[in-house]
Amino acid sequence: MHLTPGVTLLFLLAGALFILGLHQLSSPKHARSGNLVAAAGALIAILATALILHHATINLILMAVAVVIGIPVGAVAARAVKMTAMPQMVATFNGVGGGAAALVAIIEMLMVPKGTSASLLLSISAVFAVVIGAVSFSGSGIAFAKLQELMRGTPITYRGQQPANGVVAAAIVVVGVLVVVPGIGLLGVWILLLLALALGVAFVLPIGGADMPVVISMLNAFTGLAVAGDGFVLGLPILIIGGTLVGASGTFLTMMMSNNMGRSLGNLLFGAFGKVLVGPEVAVAGQHSVRSGSAEDLGTLLAYSKRVIIVPGYGLAVAQAQHVVRELADALEKRGVAVDYAIHPVAGRMPGHMNVLLAEANVPYEQLKDMDEINDDFRSADVALVVGANDVVNPAARSSPGSPIFGMPILNADQAHNIVFLKRSMRPGFAGIDNELLYDPKTVMLFGDAKDSLTKLVAAVKVA
Amino acid sequence: MSPQLVNEISIFVLSVFLGFEVISKVPTILHTPLMSGSNAIHGVILVGAMVIMASARGPLELSLGFVAVLLATVNMVGGYVVTDRMLEMFKSRGRHGPGQP
Repeated sequence: MHLTPGVTLLFLLAGALFILGLHQLSSPKHARSGNLVAAAGALIAILATALILHHATINLILMAVAVVIGIPVGAVAARAVKMTAMPQMVATFNGVGGGAAALVAIIEMLMVPKGTSASLLLSISAVFAVVIGAVSFSGSGIAFAKLQELMRGTPITYRGQQPANGVVAAAIVVVGVLVVVPGIGLLGVWILLLLALALGVAFVLPIGGADMPVVISMLNAFTGLAVAGDGFVLGLPILIIGGTLVGASGTFLTMMMSNNMGRSLGNLLFGAFGKVLVGPEVAVAGQHSVRSGSAEDLGTLLAYSKRVIIVPGYGLAVAQAQHVVRELADALEKRGVAVDYAIHPVAGRMPGHMNVLLAEANVPYEQLKDMDEINDDFRSADVALVVGANDVVNPAARSSPGSPIFGMPILNADQAHNIVFLKRSMRPGFAGIDNELLYDPKTVMLFGDAKDSLTKLVAAVKVA
Repeated sequence: MSPQLVNEISIFVLSVFLGFEVISKVPTILHTPLMSGSNAIHGVILVGAMVIMASARGPLELSLGFVAVLLATVNMVGGYVVTDRMLEMFKSRGRHGPGQP
């Protein structure tokens, strides 16, 4: 692609804005403006591109139609999505980006005239973009299906899974080489695409729903690299800058996320292969009985406490109960009870997800406490009120090496004088493991929809 | 190796280091918005999709190009809008910004 100096400088400006925006996105104070700065960079890049397009008008008309359809689709979906479904939305946007990156490289390969061959590095870049983009596309699709609960969220494993994935990966390498070293031509490109799509599916299937945010972050980095590959293919530095920035920072972010869960990335991605997840403590737990209480009794317990720590989880978000939980906190504070929220780094379905949800209900920021900040306080808390959370307070993470969440830092809710669980049923959490804390003698259950239960508790606290 | 390619490789290598460096210290609370924001940044693939579609010939290339432009637009527009919506939640926090208790 031949670029005029003016357009090159506009692209440089766009790239600089991407860097600045990304930097600001990592600082709490400037995050929002950082996003807008990056968006401005994107707009400049698009306008600069419009300056260099002077080809057949039918192409430009169709292109304009695609853009005009795409803008409202993206904007409306982003506006309409519920805050609870945010992780799926990000997965979707990432997947379509990966799909676009793969398609761009495919079209480029279709365009190479018969009998000639592109330079080696360009061919390699193109193959790379097709494979990584397609893996990101189909992998994001599975991540979406798991989070949206269109399919089972637990790890899906089958016999010979790892060897099968290995064979697909090896086949991709072989076909990729055949495409680069001319021989099988365009047929190879389509085979490559199908294999990569299959690998994306097979790769995400064995990963549990609770680990999905980390996977999405990784696929996000993948898409970035595919975009960078397209940048080499088309000779467009702006794609190299934008794509590589995302690829590198996304990789870094992925590692931070898995560290937060106390897991290595390798364990998280490949840990489910061939593992049977029934530890001895689960069998024991099954014989214990569960204590359940009435909203009136529990309301009284809360009202006469000195200190209550609320542990919000995804169940709270699903029930849209963030506003009622705030009402309960207000009612308790009116009676002189100290109330805090203990936020696990991966509460909700993504790191930071719970903060976003509670902020939506105007919960004062000072009451949101990070895990490290509040974990020692549980010992002196009268009640730990666990609302729709499960895995993040599961002591198995500390005590049972066989458990898939072993090693994950958890909130010490078990150290509170009383533990009240608001839960829909005895169903295990998102990670699919039983929680012995539910059977603890200090624990009382209040079964039902989180919102209904909280509403009843508010009423009970007010009359207590 | 053409001078252009050498330039591109330089840009690539420098961008790798930049990518690691610019987000070196990010609080947990911002992980989700940061992921979403960087997701929007790779929406710049729209530039590539537009360039390639402009020179597409024949119905196959044209329709693949159409889909590529459409998907890239959704990625870019949706990505920035959804990130803004997430970060919007943090604004009504009084004098404290998120991440500084």
